[in-house]
Amino acid sequence: MTDETSSAGSPGPAETHEEGWIDPTERNWFRFSIVLLVAFAVAVGVAGFALGFQVPGDEARVDPRTVADEAPWSDRIDNPVREVAPGEYVVYMIARQFRYEPNTITVPEGSTITFYVTSIDVQHGLKIQDTNINLQIVPGQVSKLTTTLDKAGTYPFICHEFCGLGHAGMFGTLTVEAGEG
Amino acid sequence: MLITEPTYQVTKEEKRFIGLHLFFAILALSIGSLFGPLQAFQYSGLDLYPYIEPIFKSYYQGLTLHGVLNALVWTTFFITGFLTLTIIKGLKRPLVYPTLNKVGFWTMVVGLVTTAIPLLLDEATVLYTFYPPLQASSLFYVGLTLVVVGSWIEGYGFFFTYRAWRKENPGVRTPFVSFAALITMALWQGATLGVAVEILTMLLPWSLGWIDGVDPELARTYFWFTGHPLVYFWLLPAYLSWYGMLPKQAGGKLFSDSLARLAFWLFLLLSIPVGFHHQFTDPGIPQGWKYIHAALTYGVAFPSLLTLFTVVASLELAGRKRGGKGLFGWVRALPWGDPSVSAQLLAGILFIFGGIGGITNASYNVNLVVHNTAWIVGHFHLTVATAVTLSFMGISYWLVPYLTGNRLWKPKWAVAQGWIWFVGMIIFSNAMHVLGLLGAPRRTPLGSAPYVPEEWSGHLFRVSFGGAILLVGVILYVVIMVRTAWSKDKLGPDEQVEVPIAEALHDPQRTPAFLDRWRPWLIATVALILIGYGPQLLDMLLNIQLTSPGF
Ligand code: HEM
Ligand SMILES: [Cu+2]
Ligand SMILES: [Cu+2]
Repeated sequence: MTDETSSAGSPGPAETHEEGWIDPTERNWFRFSIVLLVAFAVAVGVAGFALGFQVPGDEARVDPRTVADEAPWSDRIDNPVREVAPGEYVVYMIARQFRYEPNTITVPEGSTITFYVTSIDVQHGLKIQDTNINLQIVPGQVSKLTTTLDKAGTYPFICHEFCGLGHAGMFGTLTVEAGEG
Repeated sequence: MLITEPTYQVTKEEKRFIGLHLFFAILALSIGSLFGPLQAFQYSGLDLYPYIEPIFKSYYQGLTLHGVLNALVWTTFFITGFLTLTIIKGLKRPLVYPTLNKVGFWTMVVGLVTTAIPLLLDEATVLYTFYPPLQASSLFYVGLTLVVVGSWIEGYGFFFTYRAWRKENPGVRTPFVSFAALITMALWQGATLGVAVEILTMLLPWSLGWIDGVDPELARTYFWFTGHPLVYFWLLPAYLSWYGMLPKQAGGKLFSDSLARLAFWLFLLLSIPVGFHHQFTDPGIPQGWKYIHAALTYGVAFPSLLTLFTVVASLELAGRKRGGKGLFGWVRALPWGDPSVSAQLLAGILFIFGGIGGITNASYNVNLVVHNTAWIVGHFHLTVATAVTLSFMGISYWLVPYLTGNRLWKPKWAVAQGWIWFVGMIIFSNAMHVLGLLGAPRRTPLGSAPYVPEEWSGHLFRVSFGGAILLVGVILYVVIMVRTAWSKDKLGPDEQVEVPIAEALHDPQRTPAFLDRWRPWLIATVALILIGYGPQLLDMLLNIQLTSPGF
C-alpha cells in the first residue's frame, strides 16, 4: 500500500489527476503526438504513391547461378545503355565481387535511366552519388529504380554492403554528358 | 509511508548470479569496443590494422567482433542480469526455479564461447547481421542459437516466477519494474523467432552442407523480423530505469504509472510488424507492404514520445522538489554529481537526437538518402551505443556497488566518464551523420577507399577525433568497474546501496486494470504480427528459391 497523501512539494498537475488516469497536460501531449505522426505518415504516403518518389518494389526473380548468361543481362558489356524511347534509357547491371558490369555508364544530360540490377554472388549495394538511386542488391532478386539526370558531371556509384575483402574498392562511374546546345 | 512494505533481501548467491551476467557483459564490451576506435582512426588514414594482423586479419573481422560483442553480447548479458534483479526486487520474492535460470545463463555462456571461436579464427567474418550468402562456419550459427535459447530459458524463469507471485497476490498491480522486465522478455521471445527460424531452417543446414542453397531475401526478411524489436529489447531496460528508477535517484517520483505501462504495452504490440523499414531499398517486397510497415513504425514512435513526456515530467518533479525554479532551473537542480544519474541524463539527451534520426530513417522514401550510409552508423551510436550503453554504464555505477558491497571507485571520475562519452559521441556521431548525407557508405574502411573525395576529409578526421575521446571513455569505464568489483573498500553497514525503485505519484492500484492484464495484449500482438508479416512471408515461402550457394 503506497502513500496516498502526495508530498507537500508536488506541483499542480497532481491534483487534477483525480479525474482519470491521464493528466490533462499529458492528454494534450498524447494528441499532439498522434497528429504529428499521422501527418508524417500521410506526407510520405502522398510523396511515394501520388507524386512518384518511390522505393523499389517486387520486380522479378532470377537464378543467380545462370542469370549472367541469360538475356537481357548477357548483353550487359556490349550494350550497357539501351535507349528505349527518346531520352529514356535502361541499364541491366550485374553486381559481383568486386565490380559492377557495366562499370562505366554514359548518358546525355536530361536522360531518364531505369536500373535493373542483380547479383551473381553475395549481397551488394548500389548508391549513385547525388541521385535517388540507393539499392540493396540481393542474389535471386532484381532491384529496379529510375532516376532523371539533369546535370552534367560524373557520378560515382558505390557498393555500400559488405561483400568480401575487396568491398572498399567496389565502385563505378556514371557520366552525364552536357547537351549539344 | 503509512505501512512499511516488507522488502525482500536479495541473497548473496542471487547477487553473485547477477554479477556473473555483468562480468561477461563488461568483458564483451571491453574487447568489442576496442575495434570502434580502430575503425574510427582508419577513416582518417591512421591504419593500425597491420599491427594487429597476426591476430586479427582484416577491418571486417574487427567490425564483425565490434558488432557482435557490443550490440549482441554486451546488451544481452547486461539485460538478462539486470532484469533478473528487477524481477526479484520488484516482486519481492526469489525466482521460483533458480536452477532453470542458471541453466539458461550457462547455455548463453556456452553459446558465447562457441560463437567466439570461429569469430577469432576469421571463419565468421560476416558482420553481426550475417547476411547470406556470405557463409560463416557452422559453429557461429550454433553458438548464436545457444545464446538465444539460453536467454529464452532465463525468460521462462521470469515468467514462472511471475505466475507464482500472481497466485500469491491476486488483484495486486504488478510492481512497475517487474512489469517492465516481463514485457521486455516477452518481446524478446517473440522477436527472436525470426532469427531462430532463419538459422534453423536455412543457415545451419546450409553451412553443414545438408542443403545447397539459401534464399537471401527470405533470410533478410527473417533477420529484420528480429532486428527491429531487437533494438527495443536493448532500449526497454533503459526505459525501465528512466521510468522506474531514475526518478527515485533524482529525488522524485514516477509522474504517471499508467502512461508508463501503456508505453510498454505499445512497444510489445508494435515493435515487431515494422521490420520492413530496414528493407525499404530491398527488392522482392511490394511497396504497399513497405508502406504499411512505415506507418506502423510511426505508431511505435508514439510510446517513445509518451516516454519523453513522462520521464521529463518525473525529472521536473524531482528538480522542483530539490529547489529548482523557473523554466529550466529544475534541470540544474538535478543531482548531476551522482554518476549514475548524470550518465543516464546525458544518455537521455542524446537519445532525443537518436529518436529524430530514427523517424527520418523510417520515413519510407526519405530512407533512400540514408540507407547503408555512414548516417546510419551515426544514428545507432546515439541509440544503442549511447542511450542504451551509457544508461547501462550509469546503472552499473550503483549496481556493482550494490552487488559487491564495495564502494564505487572514484565517483568523480565516474561522472567525468559519462561526460567524456557524451562529448566524444556528439563529435563522432555528428561527423558520421554528415558523411552519410554526403554519400559515404557504411561497413567500409573509408581511409583506403579509392572514391573518397577531398571534401570528406574534415569529417573523417572528426570521426577519428570523436573515436579517440570515446576510447578514453570506454577505458575509464572498464577501469572503474574493475577497481570497484575487486576492491577491499567495503561499504559500511549504514552506507549500503539500495536498489532505487521509484514510487509512482499515484497509487498504482488506481492504474486501470486493462494495463495489467496480459491476455488481450498478447492476442493483439500476435494478430498484428500475422497481419503485418503473414501474407508477405507466406508469399515468399510459397515461392522460396534456395538458389544461393555459400561464399
Ligand atoms: C568506443 C566507442 C566506439 C567507437 C569509436 C565506435 C566506432 C564505430 C565505427 C567507426 C563503426 C563503423 C564502421 C563501418 O561502418 O565501417 C562502428 C560500427 C558499429 N558499432 Fe561502434 N563504436 C563504438 C562503440 C560502440 C558500442 C558501445 C556499440 C553498441 C553497444 C557499437 C555498435 C556498433 C555496431 C552495431 C556497428 C555496426 C557494425 C556493422 O556495420 O556490421 N559501437 N562503430
Ligand atoms: Cu561491397
Ligand atoms: Cu528498426
